[in-house]
Amino acid sequence: MSSRRSRISEEEINELISKLQSLLPETRRRGAGRASAAKLLQETCNYIRSLSREVDDLSDRLSALVETMDNNSAEAEIVRSLLRS
Amino acid sequence: MDSKGSACSNPNPNPTFGPSKLMLAFRFLRALSIVHRTTPASSPTCRGRRIERAAYASMAYSAGTSRAWSRAVLRRLHHRARRRAVAPRRLSTTAGNRAEALRRLVPGGAGMDYCTLLEETADYTKCLSMQVELMQGIVDSASSNGR
Repeated sequence: MSSRRSRISEEEINELISKLQSLLPETRRRGAGRASAAKLLQETCNYIRSLSREVDDLSDRLSALVETMDNNSAEAEIVRSLLRS
Repeated sequence: MDSKGSACSNPNPNPTFGPSKLMLAFRFLRALSIVHRTTPASSPTCRGRRIERAAYASMAYSAGTSRAWSRAVLRRLHHRARRRAVAPRRLSTTAGNRAEALRRLVPGGAGMDYCTLLEETADYTKCLSMQVELMQGIVDSASSNGR
């Protein structure tokens, strides 16, 4: 695979990196945007790890709740709240 | 250089990242009810793991096959029975080894060029956070509705 580095401009990379920054929740953003790319990638890694842990944890909680959950009303409720937002 | 000449050409014409929340919700709720029906109540751990797989599956299906990460997730899920630890493929070019930690976290990340990795990361992160939001919403609604 030939290196594509020369065809990718720094500008495009920076644009993608700032898009990543905008996806981080407020508490994880470093200041008003002049964080280094390396820091941002590290924060993104931390964020992805914490999201994966949340999926894991919420899956366990859901496994306990599905017994008592009425799927139809849960669905209706979720749809209603999504249409509202 | 026009934007179309970008090495990060994205087959998805939709400029926003992430699938629709509604689609994600429908898929996941349907998967949840299937897990509920097909997993015996006596194995809550098994059910938890199945729910987790359903979460990643519905994320990946909602994102569609235009994303490398979603294809990687679906491959991983379908080959679950024969899964073994996959060592990340090392790219031979100097540009290919940036952001190694990120490559391990984003499905399919090992084989991507840096630019694609950043794009895929953004989409994956967005989908993951939507999935978490959805699951939290279901937990909240199921908890508050009582029995």
